[in-house]
Amino acid sequence: MKKLLNFILKIWRQKNNEEKGKFETYRIGDISPDSSFLEMLDLLNNKILYRRVGEPISFDHDCREGICGMCSLYINGRAHGPESLITTCQLHMRHFHNGETIYIEPWRAKSFPIIKDLVVDRSSFDRIIISGGYISVNTFGKTIDGNLIPIPKEDADKAFDAGTCIGCGACVAACKNRSAMLFVAAKVSQFSLLPQGKIESKKRVLNMVKKMDEEGFGNCTNTMACEIDCPKGISTEYISFMNKEYIQSFI
Amino acid sequence: MIIKNYFKLDSKIPIGPLNHKWINHKSSLKLVSPSNRSNIEIIVVGTGLSGGSISATLAELGYQVKVFCYQDSPRRAHSVAAQGGINAAKNYKGDNDSVYQLFYDTIKGGDYRSREANVYRLAEISSNIIDQCVAQGVPFARDYAGYLENRSFGGTKVSRTFYAKGQTGQQLLLACYSSMSRQIGKGRIKMYNRYEMLELVVIDGITRGIISRNLVSGEIERHAAHAVIIASGGYGNVFFLSTNAMGSNSSAIWKVHKKGGFFANPCFTQIHPTCIPAHANYQSKLTLMSESLRNDGRIWVPKNIEDAISIRNGEKNPEDILEEKRDYYLERRYPSFGNLVPRDVASRAAKERCDKGFGIENNENKEGVFLDFSSSIERYGIEKANELGIKNPSLMEIKKFGEEIIESKYGNLFHMYEKITDQNPYKNPMKIYPAVHYTMGGLWVDYNLMSSIPGCYVIGEANFSDHGANRLGASALMQGLADGYFILPYTIADYISIYIHNKKKLSTKHIEFNKSEKKVKQRILQLISNNGDLSVDYFHRKLGNIMWKYVGMSRDNNGLSKAIKKIQELRNEFWKNIFVPGNIEDGFNSELEKAGRVADFLELGELIAMDALSRKESCGSHFRIENQTKEGESIRDDFHYKHVSIWKYQENKSISEEIMYKENLTFSSVKLQSRSYK
Repeated sequence: MKKLLNFILKIWRQKNNEEKGKFETYRIGDISPDSSFLEMLDLLNNKILYRRVGEPISFDHDCREGICGMCSLYINGRAHGPESLITTCQLHMRHFHNGETIYIEPWRAKSFPIIKDLVVDRSSFDRIIISGGYISVNTFGKTIDGNLIPIPKEDADKAFDAGTCIGCGACVAACKNRSAMLFVAAKVSQFSLLPQGKIESKKRVLNMVKKMDEEGFGNCTNTMACEIDCPKGISTEYISFMNKEYIQSFI
Repeated sequence: MIIKNYFKLDSKIPIGPLNHKWINHKSSLKLVSPSNRSNIEIIVVGTGLSGGSISATLAELGYQVKVFCYQDSPRRAHSVAAQGGINAAKNYKGDNDSVYQLFYDTIKGGDYRSREANVYRLAEISSNIIDQCVAQGVPFARDYAGYLENRSFGGTKVSRTFYAKGQTGQQLLLACYSSMSRQIGKGRIKMYNRYEMLELVVIDGITRGIISRNLVSGEIERHAAHAVIIASGGYGNVFFLSTNAMGSNSSAIWKVHKKGGFFANPCFTQIHPTCIPAHANYQSKLTLMSESLRNDGRIWVPKNIEDAISIRNGEKNPEDILEEKRDYYLERRYPSFGNLVPRDVASRAAKERCDKGFGIENNENKEGVFLDFSSSIERYGIEKANELGIKNPSLMEIKKFGEEIIESKYGNLFHMYEKITDQNPYKNPMKIYPAVHYTMGGLWVDYNLMSSIPGCYVIGEANFSDHGANRLGASALMQGLADGYFILPYTIADYISIYIHNKKKLSTKHIEFNKSEKKVKQRILQLISNNGDLSVDYFHRKLGNIMWKYVGMSRDNNGLSKAIKKIQELRNEFWKNIFVPGNIEDGFNSELEKAGRVADFLELGELIAMDALSRKESCGSHFRIENQTKEGESIRDDFHYKHVSIWKYQENKSISEEIMYKENLTFSSVKLQSRSYK
């Protein structure tokens, strides 16, 4: 049996976007090092429920296998916590010390208004995709055979790597400018690298960048914090790629 | 339960030879002209592969579509988590694949409990799906010549699975989502994020809309439509621990069922053989490792029980067990398919070994087997060294090359495994054990995918028709997209065309909307004002334990009868002793969301157990202990059970009084044989 852990949790509580929020302190003990961060919060919520001491803490989560992008949490000053290349649902308590004080906050960005406690509204990301993050092909199935569009393996792999973005918003939360460049660049690059998406690439990059600015996201100043905190390890090279696409679109 | 032998609803399967049914049927369906489509409103519940694809396609056709999902964005639907791939009969590998082969594998894999006509249509459409997705920008794996790559999956002898590393579901879902987004931009789709459907509104026997709850503001809203499409996925979370997302629920289908929608084969639950074993009682979720890993992983447990004990106690490592002391039980029992037997067979074989005490994981039930990649790493390493012209490569070099190749195929899965278990699967074999994954049962639909309530359609995992008693790998993605992109857009027009002549205005003022809204509010009030002692999770876990123990991988008469009683007791206890914090006018309240869903699971769970009890044969993922051969293989009973069990809820009566009807299954192109993978 592994040694169980105790923690002091400082958790951001906020009723809604209008009211002021504050940190509340909670103590939790007997946590298995193999338990996930969200499982620890489940246990804390159960404790709050059974002791009838206020409302349970609201936080977003769904698939709990690191792919849906729904979970968030700014933990000890890092998006998705101290470990690299994972979402919060894949973060385990073995990465924390016994007795440690852990700060848990929501994503901090004007473009992600708070809904409640640790839950934020990321629909600005959806609106960026709506502005052009697609290939305008109809879905009626009257397309050509997939093998009639041969794609070099390297390009397909690169497009795939960009395409793995889960839209969690960690890049924005990690950035001091609250920039959404990595998110937008990933989508722009995925499609521009593929022959199918090339045709509309000019329009796409212009529309998406315009929308990103309208939504109030900041600019990129190349500090690369987004790449470090991105759970899918999406490279800032794609930002350069997008910048190139953007400039070319004016030519 | 009351069992009746005749089924009065027409399944609308077209006449004629199997390979002409869909073509003939399409030519007889009525059409809606483009100018009329913008007057038609359609509601879609769910935004996974089926919900996303139907929403995008209907909007493209020009209909007005309202789409609801409980997540904060349609991109998060649980289809995103599908890993391995999507099947299509393209025969790109030249291994003699064909529409018929795919059809045959799927029918046989489902243990002859699916509808022949539906499955054939699915196989026919499969190739189209790949082409469509390529056009939408899905970065499928490619070979060095630029052509699409394939791999193989359990239950088949050909290589027909298209994939994007271990994230195929994600890539396909994001393609749906971007097509939807394009239509949202055009204003043809109105998206309702963080909404939940809480009631189906039926007026004079016809679907007229839904009642929904805005999960952020808590508001209850009415939405009218000419048709409602349920694409809300499966109900595996009835088992509490499953591979489903935490929010996946049965509420939408259950509301339809209680409004008169027949429920088919509820007990057909797929147990997936390759999940990371449960490790402790606080666990909230199980994580799947893609079936594609079985292409390169060999499954084994020690031959000697003493070795298994030593491994569990940490005294021995897997590599300490010599090759001849390992029992590669799938290769031993099923030499022709080996590690690639279908999921139900692989799951039962793992259970059999663990029940006999050979499990290798040090958890509560000592359950777990090894999935070992060392042979493949070595083989690939040698091949690569040969390719590079390295003579006499060292063991280190071979391992390095081999690991690189394994990484390129399954990198993200290995990464995920390491993060969860803190063990490096390149060095040590993975530990896996079966877990609840996919539900093959669901709402009954006819060939047009319409439920027994006119105007209410059901697609994807939420319906029942295509997988029979066991789903083969990489066919769920195929079904979701086939239903949404290529089947329902045609068949729904046939129904909707009546509204062009009969210009009845949509209204939410009808008394049925009042009644439904009142019912929803009353139930929320009942949950919130009940000042009990126990949390929602307590009941959910308890239900899950009953389900897994008695209605899980193998079932018997006594256990099932016991389960039904226990679930009834638990449900009574729930309504007496549940505690949900908050007030009815409050908005965001995840305890309340969960409470409503668990209340539905507590009813559905009983129906699942009833269905399992009534099916006294072993079939697919459903294994009745009473019906097995001496070697522990299942015995199907085609004489008594070649049917779909269809359950009808009787209004204001208990679940135990549901009536079961039978839709007989007919097979014209396949001969029913006992499923052998030896």
